[in-house]
Amino acid sequence: MQNPDKFTKEKNLTPIILAMKDLKELYEAVITGDAVTARSITEEALSGETDPLSLVSEHLTPAMDEIGRRFEASECFVPELLLSARAMKGAMELIQPRLLESGVELLGRVIVATVKGDLHDIGKNLVAAVLEGGGFEVIDMGVNVEPEKIVETIKEKDVQIVVLSALLTTTMPAMKTSIEAIEAAGVRDKVTILVGGAPVTQRFADEIGADGYSDSAVGAVAVARKAVGA
Amino acid sequence: MPLSIEKLIADGPVVTDGAWGTEFQARGLAVGDSPDTWNLSNPDQVIAVAQAYVDAGSQIILTNTFGANRLRLEESGAAKNTVEINQAGVELSRRAAGDQALVFASMGASGKILMMGDTREEDLQAAFEEQAQALSKADAIVVETMSELDEARIAVSAARATGLPVVACMVFDSGANNDRTMMGVTPEETAEALTKAGADVIGANCGQGVAGFVAICERLHSATDRPIWIKANAGTPELVDGELVYRTSPDEFAAYAGNLMAAGANFIGGCCGTNPEFIRALRKEVSRLEKLIPPT
Repeated sequence: MQNPDKFTKEKNLTPIILAMKDLKELYEAVITGDAVTARSITEEALSGETDPLSLVSEHLTPAMDEIGRRFEASECFVPELLLSARAMKGAMELIQPRLLESGVELLGRVIVATVKGDLHDIGKNLVAAVLEGGGFEVIDMGVNVEPEKIVETIKEKDVQIVVLSALLTTTMPAMKTSIEAIEAAGVRDKVTILVGGAPVTQRFADEIGADGYSDSAVGAVAVARKAVGA
Repeated sequence: MPLSIEKLIADGPVVTDGAWGTEFQARGLAVGDSPDTWNLSNPDQVIAVAQAYVDAGSQIILTNTFGANRLRLEESGAAKNTVEINQAGVELSRRAAGDQALVFASMGASGKILMMGDTREEDLQAAFEEQAQALSKADAIVVETMSELDEARIAVSAARATGLPVVACMVFDSGANNDRTMMGVTPEETAEALTKAGADVIGANCGQGVAGFVAICERLHSATDRPIWIKANAGTPELVDGELVYRTSPDEFAAYAGNLMAAGANFIGGCCGTNPEFIRALRKEVSRLEKLIPPT
């Protein structure tokens, strides 16, 4: 028997296809780091029937994954990655309130900090940007962060992941003391600790008892996702 | 009379110095304290490090002013002493150098990324101009550890305004072959842009162990007619019993001098992980090679 609604449905096909095409442009906008276009498409999509979660999972996240892949393959570098993360963040700012309304939770809450003694924020900012782009809520604690402050924040904010950054070989030991402080405070089991920064290696991460390491900001997202089982 | 880079390198490669920060720590600088402020608070120790490099055979020593631009000093609350810290840096190195070595003043990267909006171009320019002017009693200025061409250009232009010769180097630590800066800049782009910006010497420092510098040196050299400056790390550090250890020995490091010279290096020295022993070994190796290879 013929579906009585068939005609209406077919008639609706056109706008659906158009919408799909527009959303493909959202993916492209994030890839090319076009924040203005990414925002305007997102705005339009949210004012229509589009499911906010699908915007994230089907368009934004794949775009960040693709730019991340290119970054890892040295097909693009920090400037491109930053522009994409910024475009993604702009879109996410619009989407997040809608997600919260519908009870969808973010992947997890992450502390990002450059360890005590180290004033370098470039690597840390980069990791914060791509983690936000990757669907995490990021608490950026800044540079030269005392281990006690990290412990306090873990306790107060129900944090799942702690990302520690150091650029200097001379401040790498402060990663170890930060981890020791987290242990001493009895909250080590609550968090996954990831470390990174130019002089940091997997071997160093293992030696100081970190749970994970990545040699790049993009890699950090993959490690963080794994840590929360996403 | 400004220093002639051409005359300086006429007789073969010039040996520069090694790392300073780690030397300060061996002398009691607490992790996290700004080394630059020691120019005012602990000048004897700064001279001691400079002297150790002069004694080891450095023909050029740098100054303890790598992070002494206003933007970085602000982070350690020392911005109000920016000019004094830089002036003292030159003076201390000069006292150690005497007539044994030249003093090239260090101007490191700001630690801010322009495109991230961390700082504005005019603030960066003002900071580098202030620092360069305060360093103007040195024999030359070394703009080092740059990742972004825009920032490097601003620093070079500020340094040139002093009338001193300018060395400009970037840090190649990214990409599949470690031949890009963090911002994706290649050796060729570096050589072209910094030559155009008016740098007298082009180079690379930090970022990776000495082995990787040979190819970078070659690529810089083939993309510019300017002399080449190389300051390589000892290698990748490892943590042994809570201490950071660089596995590359002074002799292993110095063994690369020949390859670097063949690749076009005119100035050779060390960065992270190197100490006066590396410079002693390097100077010895360079002298040995110079006797083997007649100047062209």
